[in-house]
Amino acid sequence: MNKDSNQYIYLYSIALVVAVAAVLSVVATLLKPFQQKNVEVEKKQSILLSVHKAAGVKKAKSKAQHIEDEYAKYITGSYIVSSLGATQEGDAFAVNLEEEAAKPAASRKLPVFICSDDDSTLKYVIPVRGTGLWGPIWGYVALHDDFSTIYGVVFDHQGETPGLGAEISTPEFQRQFAGKQIFDATPMFTSVKVVKGGNTRGRPHEVDAISGGTITSQGLEKMLLDNLSAYLPFFKEQQRMQGAKQRQREREKKEKEEEEERALLQAKQDEAARIARWAAAASAAQALQKDTTGAAPAEKEESKPVEQAENL
Amino acid sequence: MEKEPFFSAKNLKLLTEPLGRSNPVTVLVLGVCSALAVTVKLEPAVAMAVAVTAVIAVSSFIMSLLRSTIPNRIRIIVQLVIVSLMVILVDQVLRAFAYDVSKQLSVFVGLIITNCIVMGRIEAFALGNKPWPSLIDGIGNGLGYGMILVAVSCCRELLGSGTLWGYRVIPSSFYIANGGVYENNGLVILPPMALILLGIIIWVQRSRSKNPAKR
Repeated sequence: MNKDSNQYIYLYSIALVVAVAAVLSVVATLLKPFQQKNVEVEKKQSILLSVHKAAGVKKAKSKAQHIEDEYAKYITGSYIVSSLGATQEGDAFAVNLEEEAAKPAASRKLPVFICSDDDSTLKYVIPVRGTGLWGPIWGYVALHDDFSTIYGVVFDHQGETPGLGAEISTPEFQRQFAGKQIFDATPMFTSVKVVKGGNTRGRPHEVDAISGGTITSQGLEKMLLDNLSAYLPFFKEQQRMQGAKQRQREREKKEKEEEEERALLQAKQDEAARIARWAAAASAAQALQKDTTGAAPAEKEESKPVEQAENL
Repeated sequence: MEKEPFFSAKNLKLLTEPLGRSNPVTVLVLGVCSALAVTVKLEPAVAMAVAVTAVIAVSSFIMSLLRSTIPNRIRIIVQLVIVSLMVILVDQVLRAFAYDVSKQLSVFVGLIITNCIVMGRIEAFALGNKPWPSLIDGIGNGLGYGMILVAVSCCRELLGSGTLWGYRVIPSSFYIANGGVYENNGLVILPPMALILLGIIIWVQRSRSKNPAKR
């Protein structure tokens, strides 16, 4: 067949495209389970990293297995929060934040993961997602059970500039967040701001931005504000419950203290009465003794001033 | 037809020439965009070099096998289809078995398609030569490209971040923030400095090897 005839060109291109498409679909189907597993393991790893777990992953024989084990050990529960702050059962792990962001705010599902730490305190992990300079950025924020103090964060990105915006995924940047507060003393919601100008120690609501990564830093700040503020009713509710519990504990403590005080007072009064009784009895006995047998050796001291006075 | 040994002098020359005298980046000035984009740090630069080498080598090989059947009028499109196939395969395999590397390269894997070196070598070499020399030529050019990437990214990571392959080289006590006298050069991280560095490499090579472009 003539290589330059239209017929040959048509046939050739059809055959080529069909062959290439067949190869690609076979490969994509074969590799899909591996790829999905990778994505799932990575998500679990991010959640664990936000609560400072899964550190030994590099030493582990099988990374995936190590992550699964740690996840099963520490992440003991999860629930989905409505925009009004009510918690409901559901598979928080399956919630796709990208899809949720497209929904109206009132019908969004807000996932929360609960981590039971080694010292039996609870940490709450909130997933966040936003936009950097070139594409999406996302992460996980772990909060202490006061729902204000940040325990740890982890951020990642799709294609931020290496060395600039991409620095948000480094431990050096993320370490700054630990201990920061998302509520001030009022308590008003402040989120955490990403600011220029170095050292932010002693400033509880700010972290240092990345030089040369201004737009990514701003995107990160907006991501935290947007995502965390959606949880505000939930945080308030939890804090109220925590506060009620705290007050209950304080009240109980106070009652206990008062009772102890009362008991102590009672005991003191009893003691005083006993001493008074004893003193009265003793002085009565003394008076009796003086009258009958004169001064006993123990009473010489007491009677001395009287004798001295008499000698003068 | 006489049989040529796999590593004949001629074939070895195909492998070594692109490393020096006919380097695709410095002499042919191809593939510059990606050389600017992925050279901020050493690690992604090396991963990118490996990925590009694999794509050039395998697609040159396939194109060389197909070369007698391809209709001349649609040969560029056929090249594109084959190169895209290879790029998607590399991307998929990385995602399945080297997820961390694939995350680092992110969008740049997809952009291998637009790397002029790939199409350039297919058009200039693979379409006129046998599969084995084409494969070697592809590997040689991939390595020549990778060499420049590594050179540029070493400079940029060292001067821009004070690290190499993620490990700290310049001690953190040298920095002004910690009471020292040194500060990272912010300009090196940005693309213009990559272009300047590349220009310096091209200048050095050309002044040493008597203008290979005119040869």
